[in-house]
Amino acid sequence: MSTEITTDVVVIGAGPCGLFAAFELGLLDIKCHFIDILDRPGGQCAELYPEKPIYDIPAFPVVTGQQLTDNLMAQIAPFAPEFHFNRMVNSIEKQEDGSFKLETDADEIFHAKVIVIAAGGGSFQPKRPPVEGIEQYENKSVFYAVRKMDDFRDQDVVIVGGGDSALDWTLNLQPIVRSLTLVHRRDAFKAAPASVNKMKEMVMEGKINFLLGQIGKLDGENGQINHVHLTTDAGDLSVPATRLLPFFGLTMKLGPVADWGLELNDNTIKVDTEKFETSVPGIFAIGDINWYPGKLKLILSGFHEAALMAQAAKAIVSPGERVVFQYTTSSTKLQKKLGVA
Amino acid sequence: MIINVTDQAGENHELEGLEGWRVMEVIRDWGLNIKAECGGALSCATCHVYVDKDWLDVVGAPSDDEEDMLDSVGDVRSNSRLSCQILCSDALDGLKLTLAPSAAKD
Ligand SMILES: Cc1cc2nc3c(=O)[nH]c(=O)nc-3n(C[C@H](O)[C@H](O)[C@H](O)COP(=O)(O)OP(=O)(O)OC[C@H]3O[C@@H](n4cnc5c(N)ncnc54)[C@H](O)[C@@H]3O)c2cc1C
Ligand code: FES
Repeated sequence: MSTEITTDVVVIGAGPCGLFAAFELGLLDIKCHFIDILDRPGGQCAELYPEKPIYDIPAFPVVTGQQLTDNLMAQIAPFAPEFHFNRMVNSIEKQEDGSFKLETDADEIFHAKVIVIAAGGGSFQPKRPPVEGIEQYENKSVFYAVRKMDDFRDQDVVIVGGGDSALDWTLNLQPIVRSLTLVHRRDAFKAAPASVNKMKEMVMEGKINFLLGQIGKLDGENGQINHVHLTTDAGDLSVPATRLLPFFGLTMKLGPVADWGLELNDNTIKVDTEKFETSVPGIFAIGDINWYPGKLKLILSGFHEAALMAQAAKAIVSPGERVVFQYTTSSTKLQKKLGVA
Repeated sequence: MIINVTDQAGENHELEGLEGWRVMEVIRDWGLNIKAECGGALSCATCHVYVDKDWLDVVGAPSDDEEDMLDSVGDVRSNSRLSCQILCSDALDGLKLTLAPSAAKD
């Protein structure tokens, strides 16, 4: 049975612009829920460049992608937004009363008066290795993430990659599998040194097999693989495998955003510059996902857009209520909301 | 300077490069099939190219950070480079490369 949640606003995407929207909405007493396909907040900042410095956030001469995310999380904490990670928004439907029904791939239904799309460059999805016909095995015997460890019990598992995910799952799955082969194209790993050492110990003890190489063809039928072909320096090999876990990181895909019936400009959603509302009243779009003449894809722009969007959202969430413009520096009312007065 | 690019469909393109630009920027500017998701920040590997064997020495070897990023594509070869890490210069006039399948847009 699906879970149903009713709230004022659903924000799709917990990137920097979506996160700041929770602050601007919070100041106006609007409650929001976040949905993101990633397992943590921060969007591109956390996924693509957590350790890289950003130099153009006002009043921060320098801040890394992860620090910016952490600061935004601290800034919105007083408003206690709720986060729903690891799920993708599949559909949005306008209801007769003007509200919206939104469905995720985790079998949840959200009812909200306002939708804020802060989907950035699109949803993050695993990079698919260039292996012919891999699609037919996906989610049956080829997985890009481990959702249930039990799916791997007593299986012949091949893990490909040299990052933290590949190493972590090598260590975690080894005790329950029948056999485990780790494949990486070189002998250097971009993972925590402790995990790399542990993995090397396991190789020495003969608990796992490590091969230098790349995956080629897959053999199998009806969605079930039985062999993975590898190209290695020592020649081509075929390894028995009933489960394959390729870990090549993530890439952004526009995904379902394109199917929501909103007016688009290329891969972005058209909005006005007064409210940042889309062609459907009550659905707003802020940050990298929106388009208007002169749009700059900068975090700074998304912050500004969030502030104007929030004012317009207030009129929908609490119709008729007068909004008095106030500064956080001088308004004790706002300071109380922030828990500092 | 001129860069000769073979795209994923096997078509050859002769592109005018600009000194100081990244090779990725030239390819993207000409509208070829390159995603270059991170815009040259060495964070995505969606600007992956194969450098023609004759040009490997001139272009030089990838940095350690670039090697780390190359781990995130499944079609790496010994002549793989990330085109955002190659700067256009007169020394590279005539450079020949091929767009990797993993550089393609969706
Ligand atoms: C390497 C790099 C360096 C950068 N440097 C700078 C800089 O110095 N200064 C600057 O201003 N900008 C910089 N940017 C750009 C900046 O990161 C973006 O402008 C910013 O992240 C946009 O924020 P956003 O909140 O709009 O979207 P994003 O950060 O893209 O977040 C969108 C979120 O929405 C989620 N999502 C999308 N669709 C769905 C769906 N259907 N269901 C569930 N979740 C979904 C995604 O998973 C993602 O988490 C840089 C970008 C990169 C890649
Ligand atoms: S454009 Fe992202 S690594 Fe080159």
